[in-house]
Amino acid sequence: MGRVLMKGCEAIAEAAVRAGCRFYAGYPITPQNEIPEYLSRRLPEVGGVFVQGESEIASVNMVYGAGQTGTRSMTTSSSTGVSLYSEGIAFCASARIPIVYVNVARGGPGIGSIQPSQQDYLQATKASGNGGFQMIVLAPSTVQEAADMTYRAFDLADRDRNPVLILSDGVIGTIMEPVELPPAKTEEEVKANKESKRSWACVGHKLDVAHRSWIQPGTFLPARLEERNKAAAEMYASWEPEAEEYLLEDAEIVITAYGISARIAKSVVDDMRREGKKAGLIRPITVNPFPYASYEKINYGVCKGILDVEMAIPALMVQDVKMGVKGRAPIETCLCSGGNIMRKGTVRKAAEELLLR
Amino acid sequence: METNLLVGGFGGQGVMTLGKFLASATCDSTEKNVTFFPSYGAEQRGGTANCYVVISDHPVGAPIPDEADDLIVMNEASLHRFIDMLKPGGTLFVNSSIVESEPDRMDIHIVKAPVTDLALKMGNPRVLNIIMLGVYAGYTGVIPEEVVWETIARKFAKKPGVLAVNKEAFEKGLAIGRKAAEE
Amino acid sequence: MEKVYERTKGIQEDKVSGFCPGCMHSTIAKLIGEVLEELDVLDRTVLVEGVGCCGLLMDYVSYDNTCAPHGRACAVATGIKRTNPDTICYTYQGDGDLAAIGLGETMSAANRGENFTVIFVNNGIYGMTGGQLAPTTLVGMKATTAVNGRDPKEHGYPMHMCEILNQLEAPAYLERCSCNTPKNVRATKRAIKKAFQNQIDGKGFSLVEIVTSCPTNWGMDALKSLDFLEEKMFKEFPLGVFRDR
Repeated sequence: MGRVLMKGCEAIAEAAVRAGCRFYAGYPITPQNEIPEYLSRRLPEVGGVFVQGESEIASVNMVYGAGQTGTRSMTTSSSTGVSLYSEGIAFCASARIPIVYVNVARGGPGIGSIQPSQQDYLQATKASGNGGFQMIVLAPSTVQEAADMTYRAFDLADRDRNPVLILSDGVIGTIMEPVELPPAKTEEEVKANKESKRSWACVGHKLDVAHRSWIQPGTFLPARLEERNKAAAEMYASWEPEAEEYLLEDAEIVITAYGISARIAKSVVDDMRREGKKAGLIRPITVNPFPYASYEKINYGVCKGILDVEMAIPALMVQDVKMGVKGRAPIETCLCSGGNIMRKGTVRKAAEELLLR
Repeated sequence: METNLLVGGFGGQGVMTLGKFLASATCDSTEKNVTFFPSYGAEQRGGTANCYVVISDHPVGAPIPDEADDLIVMNEASLHRFIDMLKPGGTLFVNSSIVESEPDRMDIHIVKAPVTDLALKMGNPRVLNIIMLGVYAGYTGVIPEEVVWETIARKFAKKPGVLAVNKEAFEKGLAIGRKAAEE
Repeated sequence: MEKVYERTKGIQEDKVSGFCPGCMHSTIAKLIGEVLEELDVLDRTVLVEGVGCCGLLMDYVSYDNTCAPHGRACAVATGIKRTNPDTICYTYQGDGDLAAIGLGETMSAANRGENFTVIFVNNGIYGMTGGQLAPTTLVGMKATTAVNGRDPKEHGYPMHMCEILNQLEAPAYLERCSCNTPKNVRATKRAIKKAFQNQIDGKGFSLVEIVTSCPTNWGMDALKSLDFLEEKMFKEFPLGVFRDR
């Protein structure tokens, strides 16, 4: 299959269908409406179910329910709506229900703006709900990645029986780019996937109390809950962070950014390199787990500084960057917020200033 | 090599469609990278509409360029809003049917095309964007003309009734664009 | 000796009810188990528990069950039933769960005509959390968050869920019953059976509201609470069939 020009939102939706997603519930919010609109047409074609929920709260709980049957299920929203997911996502994490959700982030806090932003970083990576659970959080920086990560997210969710979040933004959601779509799972594969979860799926079992499905997002017994939390913590610790480490060996300045900001930053690195200026890039691909180890690859002997680029004020990811850099180089930030989109020239200027030090 | 285009106009002038067709043609028929970014607002109708198309041999970094290589303005408001984004030596494509003022810049090329009037004369006011796309393709040659046309034809495949008028519109635009390029 | 009665297979064999004396949850759990057994669907049933005393059912039932966040049972059931239409799915919710925090989910699921069953236990008070004001608390009735009793000027009036849901076109079946007398227990069982049969027949949203007592939080003994039920609760929440299609 060749490449097709697709909007980020539609690529996410189609990739989900191809990954075997057969249930979607969501509530309208800009800038991600093309996902539910697309799936409302597309899912019935493959025997899937689309429900427009009466709220984000209802939608995430429908997905929590659908995920319990072993059906690959997804919901999507944008910042303000994602806040309303907290309860349902925490239940999925606690009850170990695999689901995928996408945040096409917009300006905040509160209703904020409908334009793109990266202001949900801490919510996405540290506390998407109560109780200290963790999720793998993937941050696409192109439409192609948005499609690939969505596709892969369902495998990760199933592997861990845990929610997986795609942290995107209003640019990735609304731009159109050429994309090569991942192969569609066959109906047999989709069925087999669901069947593989039959032992724990909440769909009815032969009467046998020991083997009935008992989905427990909590328990009255602290000792049991502690055991479960320990097991979950072990799983979180097993995750491998992923990052793009670009031209770090001799870099005098290292720009670090994720998602939309990262692609802009990378083009600045390329521009500077063409002029013989030694710039490099660290792009977290999983923003959780965060790739702290990538910052060990910086050549601190020559590095004059780190430039953290985010579409967020105050800077958020910089907290993790600091933990990676451990004071070995100065860290400056290059920021915009509220729906303003990062400009290449702004990043370039900030990088040049740091280089002059 | 990277080139970008900013298109601005009223909602309803087919600004987004123009950009999308150009991006589509690039995707379908070349190896180049391309991004189409529709700048979006809260209004469903009216207001200004604008979009960016970036075509590049490398992966596209910023889908919203700092400065525009080319600028198409379909209405007066867009001219004032975006003229400063056009880089020195860049080309301004003007819908001269409704844009009356002259930009006070001497460092740019200007291609004028009365696309609203031409579309009205053809009896189909909606094809003004296709005429302008023709002007742009004919002038810049950034994507081969026939490739752009193939994309347009495919987009209208389900509406064969409007294919002929779009073909006519595109060719009218091409002629204007080619002529301007020769001058 | 001939066995004339045995415990339903819908309740775990060795379990003894831990509900408060005079509470009707155990009776209702038994009735649901009997109905599911009679309809021969126990091995394809899923219970979606609400939060509060309703959630305690998880320790007694013998079949698949899950717990929804407070108020979200109808949304969770939507996800389960839509992806597994052959599964028999019901929610078990109290008045705080269904009519306060979950009002939106309840109304919307009913309005979509979702094909599952709702067992709504209305005792006019929050049980597990300790007697707070519920949307169904009677005027003048004391609660730990309304120590002088429900005052319409401040709290409004009790909400009548069957009557409210009856304004919607989609629901198939709405009935209010109680478990205060053997006769009413039998009537409740008939209603529950109908609500599940409707689901098997694909008729859509069926809700049985069961008006019950909460002696503990009403501050009465079990017998007095039965009197209160009859004298006060039934006046506010008249028993009967509101919808049967």
